[in-house]
Amino acid sequence: MTGLQQIIDRRLSGKNKSIGNRERFLRRYKDQIRDAVRRAVDKRGIRDMERGEEVHIPKRDLSEPVFSHGDGGIREVVRPGNTEHIKGDRIGKPQGGQGGGGGSQASDSGEGEDDFVFHLSKEEFMQVFFEDLALPNLARTTLAETPEYKTVRAGYVTDGTPTNLHVVRSMRGALGRRIALGMDKRRELHELETRLQTLQQEEDVRKPEVKTLIAETEARIVLLRQRLSNIPFLDPIDLRFRNRIKVPQPTTRAVMFCLMDVSGSMDESRKDLAKRFFILLYLFLTRHYEKIEVVFIRHHTQAQEVDEQNFFHATETGGTVVSSALVMMEEIIRARYPAGDWNIYGAQASDGDNWHHDSGRCRELLADKILPLCRYYAYVQVAEAEQNLWEEYAKLEDEVRHFAMRKAVEVAQIYPVFRDLFKKEGAAA
Amino acid sequence: MGTLENRRNVGTGVGANEYGGRRVRAPLMKMKPLEKRPEHPLPSPSDWTFELVEQYHEVIRQTAERYGLDTYPNQLEVITSEQMMDAYASVGMPVNYRHWSYGKEFIATERHYKRGQMGLAYEIVINSDPCIAYLMEENTMAMQALVIAHACYGHNSFFKNNYLFRMWTDASSIIDYLVYAKNYVADCEQRYGLDAVESTLDSCHALMNHGVDRYRRPAKLSLAQEQAMRKDRESYAQQQVNDMWRTLPRRPEDEAKAEEKRRFPDEPQENLLYFIEKNAPLLEPWQREIVRIVRKIAQYFYPQRQTQVMNEGWATFWHHKLLNTMYDDGYLSDGMMIEWLKSHTNVVAQPPMQQLNPYALGFAMYTDIKRICENPTPEDREWFPEISGSDWLPTLDHAMRNFKDESFIAQYLSPKIMRDFRLFSILDDEHQAEYEISAIHDEQGYQYVRQALSRQYDLSTREPNIQVWNVNLRGDRSLTLRHQQHLDRPLHDDAQEVLKHVARLWGFGVHLESVNARGDVSRRWSVPAPQH
Repeated sequence: MTGLQQIIDRRLSGKNKSIGNRERFLRRYKDQIRDAVRRAVDKRGIRDMERGEEVHIPKRDLSEPVFSHGDGGIREVVRPGNTEHIKGDRIGKPQGGQGGGGGSQASDSGEGEDDFVFHLSKEEFMQVFFEDLALPNLARTTLAETPEYKTVRAGYVTDGTPTNLHVVRSMRGALGRRIALGMDKRRELHELETRLQTLQQEEDVRKPEVKTLIAETEARIVLLRQRLSNIPFLDPIDLRFRNRIKVPQPTTRAVMFCLMDVSGSMDESRKDLAKRFFILLYLFLTRHYEKIEVVFIRHHTQAQEVDEQNFFHATETGGTVVSSALVMMEEIIRARYPAGDWNIYGAQASDGDNWHHDSGRCRELLADKILPLCRYYAYVQVAEAEQNLWEEYAKLEDEVRHFAMRKAVEVAQIYPVFRDLFKKEGAAA
Repeated sequence: MGTLENRRNVGTGVGANEYGGRRVRAPLMKMKPLEKRPEHPLPSPSDWTFELVEQYHEVIRQTAERYGLDTYPNQLEVITSEQMMDAYASVGMPVNYRHWSYGKEFIATERHYKRGQMGLAYEIVINSDPCIAYLMEENTMAMQALVIAHACYGHNSFFKNNYLFRMWTDASSIIDYLVYAKNYVADCEQRYGLDAVESTLDSCHALMNHGVDRYRRPAKLSLAQEQAMRKDRESYAQQQVNDMWRTLPRRPEDEAKAEEKRRFPDEPQENLLYFIEKNAPLLEPWQREIVRIVRKIAQYFYPQRQTQVMNEGWATFWHHKLLNTMYDDGYLSDGMMIEWLKSHTNVVAQPPMQQLNPYALGFAMYTDIKRICENPTPEDREWFPEISGSDWLPTLDHAMRNFKDESFIAQYLSPKIMRDFRLFSILDDEHQAEYEISAIHDEQGYQYVRQALSRQYDLSTREPNIQVWNVNLRGDRSLTLRHQQHLDRPLHDDAQEVLKHVARLWGFGVHLESVNARGDVSRRWSVPAPQH
């Protein structure tokens, strides 16, 4: 007989051994997963991107076929627990369908209708989202980077490393404990000492009962002194350590302006494209700023500040005057977000359609009023045709470093708008 | 490269009852006595520690030794529940090649576990040498003791001694082989792309159940090799001869007859993957190796699929016996006993009218065999004259070594068990409007129920019998498979999908004929050659 070869603790090794299999699973069903991510992006607010998502895949798409028996023919099964039947009894078959003989058969097909559901983690979700946007690795790492932490003091705790021991606090605690623990003993000791003194001075010390009394008192005094000296000078519970916790690096505040044309020519798919554009900028900002506010301004001939729901989903008709939005943006900056306190980012999406007299004014507004206040301003045109707004903006592109513009008719074309933004920050980081 | 099947040194200088040159240890006739009662029971806190696991293992080992259980050395591995799910997902093996289906399995397991729809098994044990058993860190000390007794001494001794495992698996090389398989598949992925490897594996998995040898191959590999080499030489010579003959004029009707008769393969073959590995014309060498890997792993698991009742029953019987003996010897405290007995009771629960629980049936059968040995009734003496009143240890040992579920039930299912379980058999004939109760646990029914249950555990009736029938060598090189219907049971419609996988491996068109008892083809499926 051979015995125990060994006990091995595997708990720390080989974690996530299944990750390779999961990757292959995700890869195989990437179409379904990408669809699920797209749907989720449409449904969620732009500030609500970074969490996982449930993905449903029909079970039949996942099945691994093998040769097996179908229903029919002659089958015989042995089951336990017969309390009512005798040989030759006949039992009606369930109606509808020839099969369903065994219990397992029925439950199998019952389950077959369900979808296979699994949870896409936050990282996997973002991965698919980025893939869709054709983000290069640099940008992905910039977005994936965790915020900087700074360690700050946060009071005292009862355990820690010796280097963090706070001597004064610990001694103060020890002193308090010694006083508290010895209080009644010291009081009693004091009383006994007084009594002993009176006994010795006033009573006739040669009387036997007085003698015993004195002896008892003395014994008690010795015991109490002993007890008092047994109270430890420093106990482990007195120790106090400096506590340090990590807090995210306090960064300055940012405000992001989302400007979008909601005139009749902006259909759902263009709006969807624009939404991804805004999401990307928002994600970028969340990596760099602690507090981000988002202002949604939509415009047709007039501009209006709205909430996110109305921004993306309400439809308007009519002509287009882009400058109305820029004017409003400038007003809001002046009123609520003084440039000294806020990092201002602008993101504008439009199909390029504008009242032609207005485009020149837009350029001027941007160049003179808005761009000087902004850290970065990106414009994306979600249509191919180059109209006068595009031409006017193009003049700015060469002059101003922190202005970017791009045409995007599919999601993969959005990223280049931010190329400089990511490049700069990526290099700095 | 290591091989899973043990065909080495078969039958060289060993007795007739030995396989693979591994020596059979003779069973003990009687249990060895306890040397000395312990002064105190083992400590029984609810949390385990490494020292405690070692102490308990030592006592369990000694107790198992006194019963003469013959095992591989044990390797205990402590793992987390997440790692247990990992192991679940990759068919219970500590290493395996990567495949999406294992990812799917993991996701499903994790989901069920998190929702509390299922508990994880307390243990996984691997038929390897040394025998690897996983202990979950969440288990209490009592549970760890149960797992050690169950896996490290129950399953372990079964793996080492049951004839199917001895014949088909080589415990010492499985882990090495899986490491090799994992690296090989990863290497192929790098070289030929994830998609190509994935589709090859998908196709192999579809045929996995039909990628095993069911019967023993001719022994003596060295001789076989010699014969094969000789055959090669002969066929080469013959080819020269044939070519010579070919130039001679032949009578036309003879030729036609010969063409018609010539078939490839000469005889139908049941191991589809083996046939494909050796004969598929268009497979790349790496694809052949992957087919081989899947086939080898299928073969490794084949004994486990055939010995569920026996294997689980054996392990359950022994954890029950060992822990009870330890209690009687004064090693275990009452609290420990209550705790593991509760789990034991759950494991052997058999709800009525549901599928038979292999733990319950197996445990009951081994316990019953012991009873027949020790306290036979007149009925037992009539049904089991050989074992009634014999020593139970060697009898149980024999029952464990030389059977698979099908034959074990046919041999040892006693009327008492059938009564206790209230077994009955239900006949479902497609042509009848109603189910018929064909037998119950009464005097007339015992034999019938026993046969029916035995058949139920026969893999060859559970899985359709499909064989390689013919290859059209002269024409489009299409492959024809043949399904021999058993009791008129038709194939599931998935067959069409599986056939696509066969065609992918074969490289040309594939046909499948379903043949009924009268020898008529009742249904035919076809898949054209895949696009190259």
